[in-house]
Amino acid sequence: MTTRRVFLKSSAMAMVGIGSTPAWLSRALYAKDAPSPRKKILVAIFQRGAMDGLNVAIPHGESAYYDLRPNIALPRPDGTEDSVVDLDGFFGLHPSLRPLKPIYDAGHLAVVHAAGSPDPTRSHFDAQDYMESGTPGIKTTGDGWLNRALPAEKSKSPVRAVGLGPEIPRALRGPKDAVAIDSIESFQVRNPAGAAAFEKMYEGTHDQILNGTGRETFEAVKLMQSVQKRSYTPAKGARYPNGKLGQEMMQIARLIKANVGLEVAFTDLRGWDHHVNEVGAKSSVGQLANLLTQFGQALAAFYTDLGDRMAEVSVVTMSEFGRTAKENGARGTDHGHANVMFALGGGIKGGKVYGDWPGMQREQLYEERDLAVTTDFRDVLGELVAGQMGNSRIGEVFPGYENPRFRGILAG
Amino acid sequence: MRRFLAAGALLIAAAALPAGTISKTPQHDYDRFEKKLSKDQSILHALNRLTFGPRPGDVAAVKKLGIEKWIDVQLHPDRLAENPDLESRLARNASRQETAGKQGKQVAPAQYAQEKIYRAVYSNRQLQEVLVDFWYNHFNVDMSKGADRNLTPAYERDAIRPNVLGKFRDLLEATATSPAMLFYLDNWQSVAVDPTLERRLKGKRAGRGLNENYGRELMELHTLGVDGGYTQKDVTEVARCFTGWTIDSPRQQGVFMFRPAMHDNSEKTVLGVDIPAGGGKEDGEKVLDILARHPSTARFISKELAQRFVADDPPPILIHRMAQTFQQTDGDIRAVLTTMFESKEFFSQGAFRAKMKTPLETVVSAVRATGARVDSAGALVNQIATLGEPLYRKIEPTGYSNLNAEWVNSSALLARMNFAMQLGQNRVAGVQLDPSRFSNKPSAAARQVLFSDASPQTLQAIDKELSAEKRKNPRRPPPSGALIAGLAIGSPDFQRR
Repeated sequence: MTTRRVFLKSSAMAMVGIGSTPAWLSRALYAKDAPSPRKKILVAIFQRGAMDGLNVAIPHGESAYYDLRPNIALPRPDGTEDSVVDLDGFFGLHPSLRPLKPIYDAGHLAVVHAAGSPDPTRSHFDAQDYMESGTPGIKTTGDGWLNRALPAEKSKSPVRAVGLGPEIPRALRGPKDAVAIDSIESFQVRNPAGAAAFEKMYEGTHDQILNGTGRETFEAVKLMQSVQKRSYTPAKGARYPNGKLGQEMMQIARLIKANVGLEVAFTDLRGWDHHVNEVGAKSSVGQLANLLTQFGQALAAFYTDLGDRMAEVSVVTMSEFGRTAKENGARGTDHGHANVMFALGGGIKGGKVYGDWPGMQREQLYEERDLAVTTDFRDVLGELVAGQMGNSRIGEVFPGYENPRFRGILAG
Repeated sequence: MRRFLAAGALLIAAAALPAGTISKTPQHDYDRFEKKLSKDQSILHALNRLTFGPRPGDVAAVKKLGIEKWIDVQLHPDRLAENPDLESRLARNASRQETAGKQGKQVAPAQYAQEKIYRAVYSNRQLQEVLVDFWYNHFNVDMSKGADRNLTPAYERDAIRPNVLGKFRDLLEATATSPAMLFYLDNWQSVAVDPTLERRLKGKRAGRGLNENYGRELMELHTLGVDGGYTQKDVTEVARCFTGWTIDSPRQQGVFMFRPAMHDNSEKTVLGVDIPAGGGKEDGEKVLDILARHPSTARFISKELAQRFVADDPPPILIHRMAQTFQQTDGDIRAVLTTMFESKEFFSQGAFRAKMKTPLETVVSAVRATGARVDSAGALVNQIATLGEPLYRKIEPTGYSNLNAEWVNSSALLARMNFAMQLGQNRVAGVQLDPSRFSNKPSAAARQVLFSDASPQTLQAIDKELSAEKRKNPRRPPPSGALIAGLAIGSPDFQRR
């Protein structure tokens, strides 16, 4: 016990040195008793393709927004269905994100604007890679930030880190055990006779590597069987939307409620690269609106479904970079720089738009064209890694990340 | 005597360590590389390493020809007639791609990857195809990155395949000048740092200055290796040498071009060698000369090859001999491979079954072992991705790791077992297996796909499961030999080569 506290304290001192000690950490340090050991859970959602953050969390108080986007701007909030859903008098949500407004009002949704990567690349490929490896500008990092973020202590759960989909995502790759789960039902040897025979073979083999992984695998399979056996009905009438994200968020909720030891989960939603016809006949409909509907409904259903369990869960969203401040000639936008991130959960100090707004006047824009980055994406992820996952070794999770400036999005 | 002393020292060191830490310290146990293989083991080993796995009849064929002769033939693929079964499949796949192209669709990596499966399963030039896989991975390009969708097929066909057994310098040149690599590692946008130049080039979509990506990976991954003795200064200097090595119209079928206006014409120094001002395109050529002939490159390439063909931790003495050959022959890849294949370390207990199969090797070796016919490889391409190796879609320039640990995780292992059962039950789309080929006797059926006896643990597990099934459903006919073969393919025995 003592050693753990000493360790925590010294890393906290390191953080004091860089000028920011979140309330939760000091409270944890000086509390008489260690906080409850129940594992907290972080869910990361990657919006691939570079979402147009300026049309997602809209700076409706910024006149330049309307000057630069005469055809694709969302109308200022006026209470009508097509207009911006106001948050704080300056920013508002796209009307397709209306299901998130009650969560914002409950203080469980934080919006971080002008967030992004310090790397200037406008390549989807490189920017996604950097955001998942957690090392902007460095291409050879082999493992991902979410794998490095897993606390080092040996977890008993073989499903502590789950990527939804057929492959382990870049962010989860690394030395700690992570599993790719396409769906809960498919995580098994489908032929029962085969399953029994394989379990015995791998249990008995003298091949050390295969013996070890084989044992872990069949432990995970057994754990998943217990989840598979129970049919799942989301709580409180929560309705997950059709489509990949909704279904995957439901699987994550199911794993959380099954108490199988999940600590981190990763999923993604593609299709945000709207160079052409980002908006339809009016700006509140069209391709972006459709994706946002799916996105907003999935998050809201997850929040409703988990209910009280959201106290332990944080969801964070990210996209590799934002889009040009100015619309292009095809009712769309091109590759830009800063974007918006969401953090949602019982422990999130929500109901607020965080970040320093850089402005959208020509001279305020990055390279005179894009929203400037004023919050490093690692400021957001780092705070969650430290506060939500209890791993304060931020320098190891994000090598080369030198001046953390946490925004205080976690409640103390 | 020396060995005895070393072992004694190890014991003393181990005694000083607390229990539990011993197994974690890496142990270099090279003694096993002194122990010979039996004749049968040698044949199986050679087939497992130089091919994508034995087919029915291969063991007997190698035995008849003699291992040395067979290896020599594999080292000279131009002397081997190609399999007509392969050629017809490649032609069919090409016409499908052409149709897609006419409809304005890009070639998807998964469509292109089918070619790789056909070659791996059917080519008579097995070593050549193994080496294409090795060198492509060494000089990795991600086909899903922008223009590389269009550029990758030509990269593999023109830069990699013709050079896999040739001179390393030629292979290096081919990759350095390939539009696919220039695009992938951003060199096509790299411009001399000169503000007036940048302004002049702005309209031509040039980058915003010097891009070091290619320069760095060229040394770290392609030639010297990360510990090969270069500095950050060398990275910058190499990048300066390659400014102007770019692509004409990358979004179409790009071609390499040297654009003097982008080139940094000042003097450079690379690894202590002066490159005088005004060299133009020759600057890059000189860098390739320096790197291809550097002793670190000889060592690094030899080690990578030994890790692919011998073991994760090959004996340093073997690497040393291979590197010597590399230097004496000016980087003749065939000669380096010959040194390796003729070594006692290659045919040793240390190498035998020491390598975990990659997903590609797992799937292809299973198809080959069962003698199944592949009419359409799409499902196999997807299987390989599910096992963890999406073909042509490795994002990082490192390529996939050469080491066993890359492939062992829970989801991948389950995927291997499920694939094995699917194949045994003849349920892989586009793949036809002849169930009548297999013996109903478990040990014999397992032997048919493992080409040696299954381990007692594997056989016991199969026997036990079969009798349990019989007790549960006494009237159901016993499982087919093909299903038993499937169990053997999913067993630990089949996961290594």
